[in-house]
Amino acid sequence: MRMQPNAQFYGRPVPEGSATTAIELSEASVTFGRGDRAVPALSRTTLKIGDGEFVALVGPSGCGKSTILRLVSGLVQPTSGVVIVGGREVAARALRVGMAFQNPTMLPWMTIERNIMLPLKIVEPFRSNFRKLRKTEFRDRANALLEQVGLKGFGNRYPWQLSGGMLQRANLCRALIHEPRMLLLDEPFGALDQFTREELWAILQNLWMTHKPTVLLVTHDLREAGFLASRICVMSARPGRILDDSRVEFARPRTVAMTFEPDFVALNQKLRAFIEDARSAAEEGAG
Amino acid sequence: MFGVDIRQKAWSAGLIVLFFVAWELFCLMTGMSDLVLPRPSQVFVTLVQRFPVLWPHIVQTLATTMLGFVLGVVLGVALGAIIGVSKTAYDTCYPLLIGFSSIPKVAVVPIFVLWFGSGTVPAVLTALSICFFPIVVNIATGLATTEPELEDVLKALGASKLDILWNVGLPRTMPFFFASLKVAVSYAFVGAVLSETVASNRGIGNVMMTASSNFNVPLVFAGLFVLAGLGVALYVVFSLIEGQVTGWATRKNDVIAT
Repeated sequence: MRMQPNAQFYGRPVPEGSATTAIELSEASVTFGRGDRAVPALSRTTLKIGDGEFVALVGPSGCGKSTILRLVSGLVQPTSGVVIVGGREVAARALRVGMAFQNPTMLPWMTIERNIMLPLKIVEPFRSNFRKLRKTEFRDRANALLEQVGLKGFGNRYPWQLSGGMLQRANLCRALIHEPRMLLLDEPFGALDQFTREELWAILQNLWMTHKPTVLLVTHDLREAGFLASRICVMSARPGRILDDSRVEFARPRTVAMTFEPDFVALNQKLRAFIEDARSAAEEGAG
Repeated sequence: MFGVDIRQKAWSAGLIVLFFVAWELFCLMTGMSDLVLPRPSQVFVTLVQRFPVLWPHIVQTLATTMLGFVLGVVLGVALGAIIGVSKTAYDTCYPLLIGFSSIPKVAVVPIFVLWFGSGTVPAVLTALSICFFPIVVNIATGLATTEPELEDVLKALGASKLDILWNVGLPRTMPFFFASLKVAVSYAFVGAVLSETVASNRGIGNVMMTASSNFNVPLVFAGLFVLAGLGVALYVVFSLIEGQVTGWATRKNDVIAT
């Protein structure tokens, strides 16, 4: 029925308890609202993510991908089930995860440099030293990150002087400045054109390979998932469940050219088929 | 670009001059009595001649205005911050606030006079009660329009509500706040003069009342001119402050101007 991709690169099941577990969802459900108006967003999801993994969540829109991100970051509490992050049950304040959304939300009254340093004003131990180090060590740190994403020399510009792609790079820097062990990305490149997006894939891959945070990426773009992730989870339509969970083992650093090779195309088609099934199942269920 | 700016200002100045010239000519040609409408030249002469007498009243009016204004700002910012941060507080307080704001402030002056006697206190209170509403609304709006994504980013970092308010909410509110200050200072001025007119023996409002009951119409108009001048001056001062503090919000003008 479906095209079988080369098993060397894709499709091996995820081994149990291989690395240190960074994120663990067991039977986690989320329901918004109560009584008649209750909307189930996520249903009994179990997911285990190891330290330093790069996991992409794909699936039809409104399937609860973002809900998983909000669960992991502690912005939402599970209605039932358990969410364990970094060895303890989730508590928003303790985690200090880096997050980035489609909207870069740079503050217009600050330079890019100061925008990127914003998390240092909030997270300890940087917070106590912010006044002392903001003009020396912290600024150097911000500029080192800017250089890594190709924005060297843009630190003292204001957000409105930068293009959308540049702002999104700055957004990634802001998410990483406090060296979080976890990076949560909610369609970060959704609003960019194809070429800028591909450019940013390479930048994000590079950031991940140097800083090695655990990454959870929500995306609609299957090529993006294949390019970036070391593991892809496909979710069903609302209320979301995980339908498929497999490793992607193309060598790194990956290139855009690789995304047109047969193995990669086959992976894309497999993912597409899963999502189309999930969508039609949802339509039958609704009808 | 520079030339356009100068030309614009020249037109504005020209219109003001034209207004006074037309007024002067109208009075001369119709032989209007100065008991009804004095000529601007007469008003200026009166203004200069009576200035030593007017001066303490000007100081009085300015002092009550500024006191009422400062109190209004303090109260307005506090209330605006509370209802801007909490959706529940916003929904709960808003109807009551609308109710208060729609009462014509002339109507409350007699109450203030009843409570505090005539003079400075009711003038300050009227100025306060009339100017604090736009501040509340603008602060609350500024706070309520913080991007939810940014709030999520900061909450995920463990930021407290106070952190978010201090680093994002309040700075974002500044353009709204200073825009509201411009309006509020004019309102405070109106409130102070209003109260002086009804119940006080000091201030420009009182001077105008006394002058009109003596049929000293040029002096009434001199008072009006003083009020217009003070109102414009206050507005200009707060516009300048606004430009200094929140340049980032009006960058589009800068881009065009440079």
